[in-house]
This record gives sequence, structure tokens and C-alpha cells, in this order.
Amino acid sequence: MLPAILFLGVFMVYPLFDVLIYSVEENYNFASQVYTGYGLFNYSYVLHDTYFVQALKNTFIIVIITVPLSTGLALLISLGLSSIKRLKSLYQTLYFLPYVTNTLAVGLVFMVLFKKTAYSDGLINLLIKAFGGNSVDFIDGPYWAKIMVMCIYTIWVVIPFKILILTSALASVNQDYYKVARVDGTSPFRIFTKITLPMISSTVFYLIITGFIGAFKAYSDEVALFGTDLNSAGMNTIVGYVYDMLYGNSGGYPSYASAAALILFAIVFTITIINLLISKKAVTQ
Amino acid sequence: MEVRLTDLTKIFPSRDKKDKSEVVAVDNFNITIPDGKLVGLLGPSGCGKSTALNLICGLETPTKGQIFFGDTEVTNLPPEQRGVGMVFQNYALFPHMTVEKNIMFPLENFKGDKKLTKEEMKAKALEAASLVQIENLMSRKPKEMSGGQQQRVAIARALVKRPKILLLDEPLSNLDARLRLQTREEIRRIQRETGITTIFVTHDQEEAMSISDLIVVMKSGVIHQVGKPQEVYDSPVNLFVAKFLGTPAINVFKGRIDKGGLYIGNEKVLDIPDTAVMNGENVQTDGRDVYVGIRPEGFILDEAGPLTCKLDRVEVMGRDISVVSFHDAATDAGTVCVRSIISAENDIDENEDTVKFSLKPAKTHIFDAETEHVLRFI
Repeated sequence: MLPAILFLGVFMVYPLFDVLIYSVEENYNFASQVYTGYGLFNYSYVLHDTYFVQALKNTFIIVIITVPLSTGLALLISLGLSSIKRLKSLYQTLYFLPYVTNTLAVGLVFMVLFKKTAYSDGLINLLIKAFGGNSVDFIDGPYWAKIMVMCIYTIWVVIPFKILILTSALASVNQDYYKVARVDGTSPFRIFTKITLPMISSTVFYLIITGFIGAFKAYSDEVALFGTDLNSAGMNTIVGYVYDMLYGNSGGYPSYASAAALILFAIVFTITIINLLISKKAVTQ
Repeated sequence: MEVRLTDLTKIFPSRDKKDKSEVVAVDNFNITIPDGKLVGLLGPSGCGKSTALNLICGLETPTKGQIFFGDTEVTNLPPEQRGVGMVFQNYALFPHMTVEKNIMFPLENFKGDKKLTKEEMKAKALEAASLVQIENLMSRKPKEMSGGQQQRVAIARALVKRPKILLLDEPLSNLDARLRLQTREEIRRIQRETGITTIFVTHDQEEAMSISDLIVVMKSGVIHQVGKPQEVYDSPVNLFVAKFLGTPAINVFKGRIDKGGLYIGNEKVLDIPDTAVMNGENVQTDGRDVYVGIRPEGFILDEAGPLTCKLDRVEVMGRDISVVSFHDAATDAGTVCVRSIISAENDIDENEDTVKFSLKPAKTHIFDAETEHVLRFI
């Protein structure tokens, strides 16, 4: 018991506590380690900072778009995977590849697809042009284009894990339930809504909850696509903002960073509680 | 509804890439199951009895042959158009639905004109539930019920559509011994009350014998014998059937027919006619090596009896006693010990080295050693 408490205390509780302290120390100077007093000014500063507001907006857009879409798509793909017999493992491997691929390498591939350079418009733009549209700069262009690429990228990165979990959940549903359904001539739609979905509901909720948490913590994907100066690209996220406040060009402000981190924590905590409450009602076994 | 299977065959292709041999799960079934009867498909595990049930249900399509329900051929019809109800071995109750919802599930699948209102469905579900006496459990979830109650829900769900045929896959195997006795009576009662032709699969011969109107004994996809339980028990067609039915199991000895006498070891135990019928043909009995199967109740304790066994122990069971002994001819035939059941009125001294029996001819079955078919004497 004691070693565990010591370990947790040193590596979990103390840092958390420290962040809390940092976030309420006003005018803290990183170099001289002095501060003028305690208060909520850091929170007020962060919440009024336009970069933070932008980061908050970006993060929420990413969360709201990518979590439902990636979970839904993963469910569709897993259902497809579990219904095919031939080449099943080949498809499973293909769908799982992004999971073992480095984020930055994937970012490079997305650059090739979307980035406009002096030499090329990018593959997607070539396609748009082929269908008679106007080319769009997805990486340095309008906000909606950047967010769109960002969301596609995020979904692409998170989907393999969800497919992996969902296919195993689908495989663990007792086949006898489907036999019962066949004896009664149940339609595929009813089989899905009345049997499959309730049977895997706990897994789906697990993916939604972890998906929310993961999406709120988005940062490396943004760097992979838009580089390290996310503020000027207008594509920063909350975690990115925390990083910039600590180590970025405008960095050296652990107090602001701590306040932003705690705001993120409060958001994730609230959303997770709501998720858990909903899942308790909806998950049926 | 009468069920008729003609030349019904199901072959599963080999799944092993190295071993290309196919599995013949059901081999040329020709059988007619009369209307309104309770029929037990009986056989050791892996003999294809569940496959046969799935074929009748429509969950599997036969490789060859036909299935008729009454005069209608249903071979290529999907299960829902056949009018069958099926109870699965593990019941397969939906854990997220209440008992009522589970029972209503088949009704909710009706489409078009057959569609029922919520009230009609509830009424039908209640009717099915009261048939199996669980109408007071309608709002429970499956996990809040005992195994026996779950079994009843599964039966109610299978009956709610008023199927023409009810199929039960190992209905009692998941229950404990006491519930098993109770539930098999229950199945019998429900079948009698509804009059639905019922086919159930089991590997437990006692279960099959006790409630079936007809039993079908099968092994490795082949039907060995069809008949009323007592008939099959009293006159098995071959050694397998004789060994499979009855507890304690039949005692098998190696024997030989010589000059009108049946010999076990050097002892002449019975007189045998010169000719017998084997597999529909008249055969000579003289000089034939045979297996002698003697039911435990076929032994008579007899000081002057011809069969001498080494006495091991006596087990008292109240109403009767079970005498455990050894005989070389039995050991040669793979019978570990000879178990005979005699009335408790007999007195037997456990300190004796040997015990002597004479045999009841009706309880003694003689099988050809080579073909294992029974030899019948007229």
C-alpha cells in the first residue's frame, strides 16, 4: 500500500497540485521564480486571449465533427468486415495500417494530397479541376478548407483503433442470437438495431468516451499538417496553446499554460461525466 | 404436422487445407416423423443430430434430399416460411430485453397483412407465457432468472408464433439434475397440451427414453434405429444401439456359437437354434464368433448357473442390489466390469470369490462379431 501511495503521490498528485498552484500565482516570472500574489487573473487572461478562443473553437469543431463521424464510419466498416469471408484478414490489415503509421509520415502524405506548391496543386486539387472546379489551398487557404482537411486527417488517424475494437466486439456476440433472428425472418435492419447494437453498446460508448477525450487533446495531428506555428495558421488547439505558452516563441508563461490546461481538464471532465450518465441509461447489459 | 425426410444428406466441406476429407454430418436420412409426436434424436456428440435439426429448421441447406412438412416440400424455404419454432441449447435469450419483449420478438417480425398491434402481441405473448407458467415473470430480464425459468422463456418464444414444428436443441443439458427431471416432464406436458410435432436432440439416452414417443438413434450421421423407446431398448439392431441405451450400460462379452450352444469362455450359457436372421437374411449360427450383450437386469443369481464371474463388490441401492464382478470374456470385449442388478430379496455373501448366474434369454442379445448386427432367432 505505502509504495503505491508514494509512487502515486510523487508522480500523479504532486504534479497536478503543482499545476493548480501555478495557475493561481499572478505575474509569475519563470526566470526569477517570483510572483505578486494569488488570484484568478491567469484564467481571465487566458479566456480573453484571442488565440485561446480560436484554439477552443478549433478543438470543439474537431471534437463535434470527428467523434461521431469516426465512430459511425468505424461501425459501418466493422460490420462490413465481419460479414465478408474472403480476404477478411487482408482488409483488416489494410484498415489497421494507419494505426501503426507515424503521425508525421501520415501528415506528409496528406500534404501531397492537399498542399498547393509552386510545382503542383496537390492530388485533390487535380481531381477538383478535372471535374471543372476551382482549386482550393487546403493548407494555407480559407479556414473551412483547413478545418475540413484537419477533420479528415483526424478521422483517418483514429478510425483503425475503433475498427479493431468494434470487430472484436462484433465477433464476440453469440451467433445463436442471429440464428434466433433467422428462424423468425428478422430483417437486417432490425437485426442491427435490436440485436447487434444493444449487444455492442458498451463498446460503442467506450469508443465515444475515449474518442471525446482523445479529440479534446488533439495537437500532434495539427502540427503534422500545419507546422509548429499553429497560432498564425489559425489552427491551434487547446493543448497546442498550452504548449505554446510553455515552450513556444511566445512562451515562458507556466501560469497561463496551467490555467489553460485546467480549463481543458474541466471541459473534458464535464463532457465525460455527461457521457457516462447517458451511457448508463443507454447501455443495456 | 408430419415431417418426412427423404435421402437427406449434409456434407460439410473440409476446412483443413491439408486434409481434404469432407465431413458427412447427415448421411441419407429417410424417416417419417408422425404428426403430433414427441421425437428424440439421440446419439453421441458429433453424430450430426444438431445438423439434422438445423436442416429441418432451415438454418442449414441440405446437400441432397428433401424435407416435407405434411405434403409441402420445404427443402428450399427459409425458416420463417416453414413455420418452425426453435429452442437453442443456451436459450439465446436477448439479455437486454425483458421476458415479455423476448417472447414478442418473433411476432414483431411479421410484415404486411400479418402485422399485429401491440395489444395483440402482448396478448399472444401472455398466452405463450402462461402455457409455460411464467406469466408472473414478464418484466424480468433473463439474467434475473434461474436456468429453468430461462428455458421456459425460450420455449415460450418458440411457441408464440404457434409453429407447426417445435425443435429443441439439447433442451436439458444446461440444467442441474433435479431441474432436468422436472423440465423434461414439463416439455412432455407442453407438447401434449399443444399437440405440436416436437423434435428434440439429446445425447442423454435416459432423457430421450423417458419422454419420447419415438426415438431415433444415430451415429456418425447415420440412423441406426428408429422406434418406440421400449422397442429399441428391448431389441437393438446392433451392438452400438445396445451399448448406447440403458443405464447401467449393457454388459458385453466375447462369445462363440458352437453346435447349438452359446459359449462365454468355456461355459455354455444358452441354447441357440441353428439358423438366425441377420440384417434381413437367414444365416447359419454354427461356428460364429459373437458378442453377447446382457442387460444388467438379465442376470439371475443361480448356484447352478453356467456363468461364473469373479465377485468384486455388492452395491446396495435399497430396492435392488447391484453386483459388480469380472469375467475375462467381458474384459476382452472392452467391458471393464460386469454389472448386474438383482432384486434386494436375494442374499449374497460379499466374501465369496465367485458368483454364478443364469441368463434371461429376452435380456440377452447376440451380435455377430464381424458386422456387429444382431442375430435374431424365430
